[in-house]
Amino acid sequence: MEKTSVYQKYQPSPDNLLFILHDLQDANPQNYLTREDLRETASYLGLAYSYVYGVATFYTMFSLKPRGKHVIRLCQSPPCQLMGSTSVARELKRILGIGFHETSADGLFTLEIASCLGVCGVAPAMMINQEVYGNLDPERITEIIAEKRREA
Amino acid sequence: MSIYRNHVLIPVDQDTIQAGSLHLKKVLLRELARHKLENEVKVLETGTVGVIDRGAIFVVYPERVYYYNLKESDIPALVEEHLVKGRVCKKLEHAVVDDRIAFREKAGLGLIREQKRIVLDKSWKLDPENIDEVLALGGYRALEKVFERKMSSQDVIAAVKESGLRGRGGAGFPTGLKWDFTAKAEGAEKYVICNADEGEPGTFKDRLILEGDPHKLIEAMTIAAYAVGAGRGYVYIRGEYQLSIDRLQNAIEQARSYNLLGEDILESGFSFDLEIKKGAGAYICGEETSLIESLEGKRGNPRIKPPYPVTHGLWQKPTLVNNVETLASIPFIIEQGGAAFAAIGPQRSPGTKVFTVLGHVENPGLIEVEMGTSLREIIYSYGGGIKAGKKFKAALLGGAAGVFVPEEMLDVSMDFESLKEKKAVLGSGAVLVMDESASIVEMLVSILKFFAHESCGQCAPCRIGTMQLLKTVLNLKQGKASAADLETMAKLVSMMQAASLCPLGQSPIMPVMSALEHFRAEFEALLVKSA
Repeated sequence: MEKTSVYQKYQPSPDNLLFILHDLQDANPQNYLTREDLRETASYLGLAYSYVYGVATFYTMFSLKPRGKHVIRLCQSPPCQLMGSTSVARELKRILGIGFHETSADGLFTLEIASCLGVCGVAPAMMINQEVYGNLDPERITEIIAEKRREA
Repeated sequence: MSIYRNHVLIPVDQDTIQAGSLHLKKVLLRELARHKLENEVKVLETGTVGVIDRGAIFVVYPERVYYYNLKESDIPALVEEHLVKGRVCKKLEHAVVDDRIAFREKAGLGLIREQKRIVLDKSWKLDPENIDEVLALGGYRALEKVFERKMSSQDVIAAVKESGLRGRGGAGFPTGLKWDFTAKAEGAEKYVICNADEGEPGTFKDRLILEGDPHKLIEAMTIAAYAVGAGRGYVYIRGEYQLSIDRLQNAIEQARSYNLLGEDILESGFSFDLEIKKGAGAYICGEETSLIESLEGKRGNPRIKPPYPVTHGLWQKPTLVNNVETLASIPFIIEQGGAAFAAIGPQRSPGTKVFTVLGHVENPGLIEVEMGTSLREIIYSYGGGIKAGKKFKAALLGGAAGVFVPEEMLDVSMDFESLKEKKAVLGSGAVLVMDESASIVEMLVSILKFFAHESCGQCAPCRIGTMQLLKTVLNLKQGKASAADLETMAKLVSMMQAASLCPLGQSPIMPVMSALEHFRAEFEALLVKSA
């Protein structure tokens, strides 16, 4: 979606703030909210910039830093931890050559920690953008990342 | 309407999607087209069968054959044998004729006990994107009953009170009372909110209700709105649950087109409409006042209570906030009567409960059973017992804001009162099972990391307390803590319980104290020897 049409979609009412931030972030190929986005949104909704900044930084799904094409959100909650997410995390960091909250040099991947994703039946689990991957182990990680690299 | 020779039901939820169900559906459609069977075989997506970890599943009707653990290479044979030649494809190892019970048995899903399904009764039988199927299976009958019998709002509330239903989000507050307070609150403008910000680790029951039978929620919210006098409702869904959001949005639009939502619903004179609000990743927003703040477009900082949302909720107007599972119990209560619901399970916590059984069990998944089912039955009869024949060590009940229970407590009756007597909680219904290899200290580290990350930072006891707890337990793990540190943890959690503004800061006492009480030796083994 184009940025301008995001504003056309919503009434300038403060309760639409989260919706607008979601859509603006989705519209950005680098998956993040720019300072410009925050300023424009503030003026569209008649809110202070600091207020919008406060909201955008409160929620973990929003990022104020450019992110990769694929945002990997690895669940680190107790059920996934119990089923081996620590070794999955280690493997992800190794293969991607980045730590948590970093983006790979080719701009393809950003690795993030997520709280429970609600797919604990297939723990350990992660999401890549909107897609869920479960029953993870180091081998599956290798396959998944290789596939995403091939697609690119 | 055309008559189809066969129906293929494909349970589509987050769990089967990750096993490839949507891709296999495409392969199936392609194969059907190749055999020119498009007009003879109907392919339908349904909600969960309640079976997780058995890969992609197809159920072929009318023969009722369950194929599971399906791979792409299985599909051509399945189509040729079963759908062209009309016989069960025996070549596929994972095929079961007969009903769901036989399926669960053959799929290695342990001892089989049929579940008592009220909330999830329809969820796997219907295509959640097709309102006609929902109606054919009795959806919206409770709403029709309210209008046909001309039930007053007080009649509806009386039925909910009689049912004894208690909030399924974790707190267990009597639902009828909450409805009554909201109905009696002063103000012309009122709201109904469904809390679908399911974030408690180990919990995904609300997601499967939303994915499997979104119309049940719409029906229940409309009844709730009628009872309390609200004209507008919101469903606050966490941003990670995209499939739930899509299915519910579609259901709302269909309900509107059938006059089951909107102006003058079913020509009753009552008007009500619904909107979805998407969260953005914050556990705290599961707390009702934070959720309301977030709905208003703010940071999700909890409010000081009282006043409660029943009088001062969304935009300071009287607001009813109920959990998804709580609401999903309402259609049964209205249709069958409060007494019928009250007759299920123990007297003080009646009804059914959806549990998510996870961790080191043979069959992780969700079950809906009578309240008061024992923990042992849940783990061994429904969960299939401990994985790989290992020994049970502990279960974490209710997620991060939950308690560790040892083997001695396996026979506890899983209901609000019985658990409270044992200083445990039902919480959201998550049952995380740990075998002998699990480390309670590691689990506590994970829980405390979670709280430290999710604390909203508004009040000091929680902001600083969660951080200090994490530091202490990490020190302990590295062999750098003393016995005095264990005492500090105990003091800290009780201070946090007394001084924190909302349940987040009040919760760490549960996992910390239960871990220290039942598994103290594990902590003591890590202490530095006193110098």
